[in-house]
Amino acid sequence: MSENTNEQVTSILFCGVGGQGVLLASNLTTAVALEAGMDVKKTEVHGMAQRGGNVDSHVRFGKTVHSPIIPQGEVNFILALEQVEPLRWAHMGTKDTWVISNTQKIHSLFTGTGIAEYPEGAQEEVKRVFPNTIYVDALKLAEELGNARTVNVILLGVMARKMDFELEHWQAAIKKNMKPKLVDLNLKAFETGWNYAG
Amino acid sequence: MKALLTGDEAVARGAWEAGVAVAAAYPGTPSTEIMENMGKYKEVRAQWSINEKVSLETAAGASLGGARSLCAMKHVGLNVAADPLFTMSYIGVQGGLVIVTADDPAMHSSQNEQDNRHYARAAKMPMLEPADSGETLDYTKLGFELSEECDAPLLLRITTRIAHSQSIVELGERKDVPVRDFVRDFEKQVMLPSNARKRHVVVEDRIPSFMEFARKHNINRIEWADEDLAIVTSGVSYNYVKEVFPNATVLKYGLTWPVDVELAKEVRAKVKKLWVIEEGDPYLEDTLKAAGVQVDLGKDKIPLLYELNPTILRELLVEGTEAASISVDVQAPPRPPALCPGCGHRGMFRILKREKAIVAGDIGCYTLAAIPPLSAMDTCICMGASISSSIGMAKAAEAAGRDNKKSCCVIGDSTFMHSGITGLIDAVYNNATFTTIILDNHITAMTGHQVNPVTGETLQGQDTFHIDLVTMAKACGVKEENISTVDTYDLTATREVVRKHWEMEGPSVIVAKSNCVIALRQKDTEYVVETDLCKSCGNCISLGCPAISKDENKKSTIDPTLCTGCSMCAQVCPWQFIHRVDEEYVPVVKPRKVP
Repeated sequence: MSENTNEQVTSILFCGVGGQGVLLASNLTTAVALEAGMDVKKTEVHGMAQRGGNVDSHVRFGKTVHSPIIPQGEVNFILALEQVEPLRWAHMGTKDTWVISNTQKIHSLFTGTGIAEYPEGAQEEVKRVFPNTIYVDALKLAEELGNARTVNVILLGVMARKMDFELEHWQAAIKKNMKPKLVDLNLKAFETGWNYAG
Repeated sequence: MKALLTGDEAVARGAWEAGVAVAAAYPGTPSTEIMENMGKYKEVRAQWSINEKVSLETAAGASLGGARSLCAMKHVGLNVAADPLFTMSYIGVQGGLVIVTADDPAMHSSQNEQDNRHYARAAKMPMLEPADSGETLDYTKLGFELSEECDAPLLLRITTRIAHSQSIVELGERKDVPVRDFVRDFEKQVMLPSNARKRHVVVEDRIPSFMEFARKHNINRIEWADEDLAIVTSGVSYNYVKEVFPNATVLKYGLTWPVDVELAKEVRAKVKKLWVIEEGDPYLEDTLKAAGVQVDLGKDKIPLLYELNPTILRELLVEGTEAASISVDVQAPPRPPALCPGCGHRGMFRILKREKAIVAGDIGCYTLAAIPPLSAMDTCICMGASISSSIGMAKAAEAAGRDNKKSCCVIGDSTFMHSGITGLIDAVYNNATFTTIILDNHITAMTGHQVNPVTGETLQGQDTFHIDLVTMAKACGVKEENISTVDTYDLTATREVVRKHWEMEGPSVIVAKSNCVIALRQKDTEYVVETDLCKSCGNCISLGCPAISKDENKKSTIDPTLCTGCSMCAQVCPWQFIHRVDEEYVPVVKPRKVP
């Protein structure tokens, strides 16, 4: 790692399946960082929503951010909306990386049709390489809230608890960046994650 | 005021702030969002063009009509627009003209990763290459000024990681730029050979003015630091260089054609080592070497293929860099994009595969039918090539004395409008027998559901008319009896139509109508499988529908949250184990043949 301001840069890798809301989760995070006066950069992958491909978004914020792509070994958080996706990006992290992941399992076209195997023991493997792992049954929590599509914001709440922004900053970002009729639901979802005791 | 924008949003914002009046584009990843955002500004006449050539010609005409104009496209789109590109370089502009090329290193969604910087050099057109969204916004505005001051169209070159990455920009106000008068200037605007010969002199003579402009506006810069190492770079690579080599002297080019080599010579004279770090071709490197600048490291070490990123640079160039400390024993499975549950295209490809047809494919959502398990596409070259290459296939088959009955091509409605019509007319004109299947979901889907002439709507919601593809096929000269329409959700009907067309003489057209499930957003019902009874014959699985998967006993099961109720799986189950969720399962005595 170079000796400049990298220690002051937080890097989060959001990942999941197209359509799950990976980009919304990463957008709320950049909104909070921007509001806090930081330099912010993020990457996005477009076009995979609905079509079931894997999606990843790198978010970096701090005093000065150069590369929007996170360098290997500098991922502070992996936020995964699907059970096996942390393994796809594991090489980007270190044993200190926090992994917050959904337990939900979503077949890919290849695993569903038997062309490839959906691996057994994905959660255990993630916990083996990343001691700081929290798996959350976010789908169950989302269904309890009445909307399965809030898994992304629930998991965001869990991760946010481990970060340095205040709850109010996140709430402000949700109010500012979501359609008015969705704000209440997402505030509840975020709070569910924030208060998640495992 | 600060905002976080993607590069595409920054282009649109910069153009708006620069007083752009006319903007045109054809969708293409990663450029699509430029015009989507331009369309939101009421001061701009923004439109989807039928293809990139038309978009550039539209912008060129608007420029000559006195308006600041912009067109945008992906890298391969510039191939389609190359003809007007080169000649507009000779003609110059009236209102400033900015042409955006959004390249796709690593081919996130493209059929090649051509490096469009070469176009600027070949067309002798000034080119600006921003490194992030803030610069993209600034360079877009500067681009219009440069274009007008130096009388040349400007190429603004971005890449996927600029177009689709977000970074901070400083928002400004819109400048009111009056549209100039149309000027009659025969020698400048009519490119007869006699005029073009004189214009070429101008094209060469104006080159220093581009560098003058760059100097005046500090578009290139030297960041002096370490005397040991200087790195020459441009575009998104600049960020990776700063990340990995924070202490190196950096020569950052913002004007990347023409390249002001004097800056490189200035740096070269003062440092021990000079490296060139750029994505793609050794474009900057070769330019510097040709000017006599000694380059100590370039594409001999920096990868030629795909994207760069800080990890690649560290591993190659920073001693003592450790390899990844995490390696896993369990791998994430491949997760490719697939045709959506309920996509109408699926039905046609199922039938073509079962018919063992030779399928020339094209560019769009339907290209996804090429991957397993559908695996129903044999060639795919570029926009519109499905039809025109089928002409060649037919002629080759004739020459070989080979039966070409089941040769067909598959093309979407937007792709057909883009560059399929010409191929169809040619097939009629040159007597080539094959079946053209137009997959009409009346939307440009893959790039994010943009409207097109078959949709019958415009970007900014004006009244327009809608093209009927059957009428279009007739207008191209296809015989009326050789034109069919079909609902691809009805697999039996689809098979009948396709088989009828194998027997037709002369070019024939099938217009396959469906509604894009994403655009439609409604669900009829769901289908369920009697999983316990399933015999694992694989018929439903071979449809490649993401809603259908094999459970741990290899029996089929349908995910109700994904199923849209299209019924195709029910149609292909020989034992009729698949039925609507609101209907009872009815056992049958023996299996049936399925389409």
